[in-house]
Amino acid sequence: MTSLFEEVAPVPEREVPTRRITVTINGESRTMEVEPRLLLAHMIRYGLKLTGTHVGCDTTNCGACTVLLDGEPVKSCTVLAVQADGHEVMTVEGLAGKSELHPIQEGFRDEHGLQCGFCTPGMMMSAKALLDRNPNPTEEDVRWAISGNLCRCTGYQNIVKSVLWAADKMRAEQNGGEES
Amino acid sequence: MYPSRFRYEAPSTVEEAVALLEAGAGEAKVLAGGQSLIPLLKLRFADPQTIVDINNIPGLDYLSFGDDGSIRIGALVRHADLTRSEELAAKQPVIAAAAPLVADPIVRNRGTLVGSLCHADPQGDWAAVMVALRGSLVAQGPSGRRTIPVDDLVHGPFQNALAHNELAIEATVPAPAGSPRGGYLKLERRVGDFATVAVAVSVDMDGANVARAGIGLAAVGPKTIAADEAAEALVGGPLTEERIDRAAELAAGTANPRSDHRGSADYKRHIVSTFVSRILGKVASSMERAA
Amino acid sequence: MTLDEIKIGGLGSSRRRVEDDRFIRGKGSYVDDIVLPGMLHMEILRSPVAHARIKSIDTSKAWDMPGVRLVLTGEMMAARNLAWMPTLSYDTQAVLATDKVRFQGQEVACVVADDPYIAKDACEAIEVEYEVLDPIVNPTQAMAPDAPVIRDDKTDQADNKIFDWEIGDKAGTDAAFAQADVVSEIELHYPRSHPSPIEACGSIADFNRATSKLTVYMTTQAPHIIRAAVALVAELPEHMIRIVAPDIGGGFGNKVPVYPGYVASILASILLERPVKWIEDKSGNLISTGFARDIYLKGQMALRKDGKILGVRMNTTSDHGAFYSDAQPTKFKIGLLHSAFSCYDIPAAHLTNTGVYTNKAPGGVAYRCSFRVTEAMFFQERMVQAAADDLGMDQAEFRRVNLVRDDDFPHRTAFGFLTDSGQYEKCLDLGLEAIGYEDFLREKEEAKKRGRLLGIGISTMTEPLGAGNSREYDILGIKMFDSAELKVHLTGKALLRTGAKTQGQGHETTWAQIVAHELGIPADDVLVEEGDTDTAPFGMGTYASRSTPVAGAAVAMVSRKIRAKARKIAAHLLEASEEDIEWELGRFYLRADPERGVTIQEAAMAAYSNVPDGMEPGLENTAYYDPPNLTWPFACYIATVEVDPATGVWDVLRVVAVDDCGVRINPMIVEGQIMGGLTEAYAMANMQYITFDEEGNCIGGNYMDYLLPTAWETPGFELHEVVTPSPHHPIGAKGIGECATVGGPAAFVNAVMDAIKDTGVRNVDMPLFPDRVYKAISEGADVSGAPPVEVG
Repeated sequence: MTSLFEEVAPVPEREVPTRRITVTINGESRTMEVEPRLLLAHMIRYGLKLTGTHVGCDTTNCGACTVLLDGEPVKSCTVLAVQADGHEVMTVEGLAGKSELHPIQEGFRDEHGLQCGFCTPGMMMSAKALLDRNPNPTEEDVRWAISGNLCRCTGYQNIVKSVLWAADKMRAEQNGGEES
Repeated sequence: MYPSRFRYEAPSTVEEAVALLEAGAGEAKVLAGGQSLIPLLKLRFADPQTIVDINNIPGLDYLSFGDDGSIRIGALVRHADLTRSEELAAKQPVIAAAAPLVADPIVRNRGTLVGSLCHADPQGDWAAVMVALRGSLVAQGPSGRRTIPVDDLVHGPFQNALAHNELAIEATVPAPAGSPRGGYLKLERRVGDFATVAVAVSVDMDGANVARAGIGLAAVGPKTIAADEAAEALVGGPLTEERIDRAAELAAGTANPRSDHRGSADYKRHIVSTFVSRILGKVASSMERAA
Repeated sequence: MTLDEIKIGGLGSSRRRVEDDRFIRGKGSYVDDIVLPGMLHMEILRSPVAHARIKSIDTSKAWDMPGVRLVLTGEMMAARNLAWMPTLSYDTQAVLATDKVRFQGQEVACVVADDPYIAKDACEAIEVEYEVLDPIVNPTQAMAPDAPVIRDDKTDQADNKIFDWEIGDKAGTDAAFAQADVVSEIELHYPRSHPSPIEACGSIADFNRATSKLTVYMTTQAPHIIRAAVALVAELPEHMIRIVAPDIGGGFGNKVPVYPGYVASILASILLERPVKWIEDKSGNLISTGFARDIYLKGQMALRKDGKILGVRMNTTSDHGAFYSDAQPTKFKIGLLHSAFSCYDIPAAHLTNTGVYTNKAPGGVAYRCSFRVTEAMFFQERMVQAAADDLGMDQAEFRRVNLVRDDDFPHRTAFGFLTDSGQYEKCLDLGLEAIGYEDFLREKEEAKKRGRLLGIGISTMTEPLGAGNSREYDILGIKMFDSAELKVHLTGKALLRTGAKTQGQGHETTWAQIVAHELGIPADDVLVEEGDTDTAPFGMGTYASRSTPVAGAAVAMVSRKIRAKARKIAAHLLEASEEDIEWELGRFYLRADPERGVTIQEAAMAAYSNVPDGMEPGLENTAYYDPPNLTWPFACYIATVEVDPATGVWDVLRVVAVDDCGVRINPMIVEGQIMGGLTEAYAMANMQYITFDEEGNCIGGNYMDYLLPTAWETPGFELHEVVTPSPHHPIGAKGIGECATVGGPAAFVNAVMDAIKDTGVRNVDMPLFPDRVYKAISEGADVSGAPPVEVG
């Protein structure tokens, strides 16, 4: 990715300093050359073609670009791609297994936790970080945890239900696993 | 939405970082959490030649507590670390009260207290807290370290007292002069909003009497305001209604807000007074309950 | 065995959404997700000032930057007759400024480059010299005798007035006021707002010189209108234009108009013969694209002592920004503002409106709204509360006295609409019971004794949703009908396309449910496609809650056409006459021998393999639906709040919503729409607005200042329903998407006003920021929110 957008051939006369970085993205190690000013969100979307991570605002408010960086949710529009060098990034595309949905994805579908779908990946990544830390959250915990993600369609109530649905299912799976 | 070009350096020691800042000759910016700097780059309000990313410097993420109750917060301690520390919650109520009100939960995972202090945003939360706690910033330059009281750190809106070749490496909170009490109240219109007004009040209690007090005000002037006169009025006596009212009035008098779309100057001054009263009233009633 | 309609995902089934499978995997396809070979990127340079003459534009440094392919200016657009474009309200709008900039954020130049970072670098390198002129940010300034003329580009424009308009019966209304025991008044400003979907606008224009075909991927709610507009503006043959609206990250009315960025990206692609992508940033979206509201409403109500409303006057002034580009039916200059008071039985009413230009972004879009209905209902319910207070009457009782009764339908409103159905009092009663009205009033009195301020606000309203009928409603002369095309394949699976365009409403799910209801084909067997003008039948798109009332009706009608043909085929297969055949869901059978029947799937197979002599094979059809009337949903929203008298901060205690949107196709989706709408209502009442300082700087041009509520502040919602089917809609459904946004704000504002009623304050303008509420309480005076905002 000498050009920031690799489908465009690099312009020969342009000498742009780049850095070689290696990022583990959804479990897979990827090495690329990037300009230091490239935002992580753009690296994910344009460089790695993982377009589930959306960009919704300019001011680090909306959270549509939320991904997990070493397990913690960050707004990937406010992290430089070079800062992810040597780190692990998880995007919405990494949530589901090969055939199985993650319980959070199931929860969003079953509880009608999305409408236009644009904020949904970011919401789900925030929800994942919450449930990783707190498997048994209250409604208030969920509302607090997703308060860095804006949704314009749902009014949040069903998003909260979706996350609680997922928490229930994940706890049940955990308990089932222990019993067997 | 797209930053200008810059040179990127990621030093692995403080010394290396300082050398890079020195070489930058004032055109280099330090990147810690990046939650203020990167938005400024994207909006092209900031256009530094060099970014010195300190995230790869090991050993700057400590949150340590002295036996005397003093606290040291390393340059890479994130806001979220401060919201999660049980020891901090037990030992320093003002920081514990402010931490969950900084930005939003995702931003808190990246942003740092030290970075916020250096950013010197008049609406910033941490400068008000540290002013109330009489905290300091420790900076390292080519010729060694120096300690800058936070009240002296902030020169004006987005202007700090650091030299171009100095790197802020930690914030320190001195040992309390008694049992540390206080709180932080922020009028914000939604999570992640900048403060319309925010007030930090610290009172170290010696029995029923205030041994030491500090009051920091955010968003009511071109820089964070230390309401020292109001704080002094609390020292040496108990938190009676009269003394609280007096401090609230003095604090409001120290505020120098502007009218804007968040509220009129008069309103903001009124909120300063209300918040000082509320924080102190809560401390007073919790002490009564304990007694 | 009869099919279970719920099991096959028919009407009334809370069927899980079909579209979710891609969205939850991050596999949606929004405009910015589409990458075409050789694609270039466009960025826009915008004006930093509100009003200025352009003295010079120097693009030479931008042209010299490596990776820059094209720099477009107004001059270059003018050479191609594209510097100005027509608006949806028969005005003109600058594509790229040539003579003056007329609002902060106006498009001045565009750069096309290899990547957007370079395009942005080059935008920064363009040097524009401005001669700054006095800006105008409100109608008073606009109408001042010495005001600078904003639209000096128009030869017939000597001042800043756009139009005067009136409707209603002036003489009858004057007579009603002469009879009044009490005349109540209120004056307020409905602030400028922005629909602000999380996804901003964008397009990828792809002109292929070899085929002469122009394909544009675009964030549009109305692809066919865009195709027509591009054909007219760019003078391209319509059959060579393909507009594709892929997944859309929310629209709410923002994505109806044609924006300069779309036009510039199209021209750039034609000039460069490469695909050109333009993705607007959030600031660009908020400061330049279709705003909503910004209207000054003043009114009086003539009242009899017993509470009966005798007449209403509304004198209104609307601020349209620099270009009059309201997206609305041609016949109505200020949309359906005259739908106000439709749920009340009022003998006479009169409305005047003056529209003015200001140095603000153009728009006037129907933000989750059926053309100014939001302003209408807000004014109505604020006026109703003021009137009840003036009469000393309970606000619920005052409404009850004046609501149209169930046996009064059809009812002609004072402004001439025909409402056709409803159970208004039942909705009100259900709402009052749910909130525990009497108990709350007692609780409120108790709280007052302890210095706490509680309040309750009610908003009841019916609104006209689903334009047209086409006799009265058109956009740019195009009748506001809609369409559906259904292709039943030989295995009984089906493909349905409509002229609407989903942006989160769930058409892919609900349209299939209508087909399931009409034909008994399981919803899972029906694929729904929308948004591609090369394949979708012509329709006017999705906004103003018109999808279910119009396109949804077309889906039912095309299904019925299919069923009629299938019946003939079934008769042929059963060797019976059509008259001897009965229909049950999914199956035709012999009346005389119900065991002998033909399923819809068997009829479909026969349509391709065994049609009767003389019948055309196949089972495909199209329906164009022109509704006989609008649909008239009713809602009762009630909010309770507590106001902190020391700070003016108010918290919502409870929100009860009773909605009657007729038959619910998918109750889960309907409830989702209501909760989304309530949240936007809460947002407008509490925090969301755009204002300007006296220099014309836009405040609210990013998400730091344009506040959308998060999950933390947003209250919980308690939903209830009443079902009065629409008498004319084929399945009895009515619009619902915007009801709560339209009716909701007044419930919150009325609640806060109720809490501080003892101060004598009649109005605080939205948003009810703490400082405004505190000011009202401490000064006992109304608080205006009209720009310019005081700074300093």
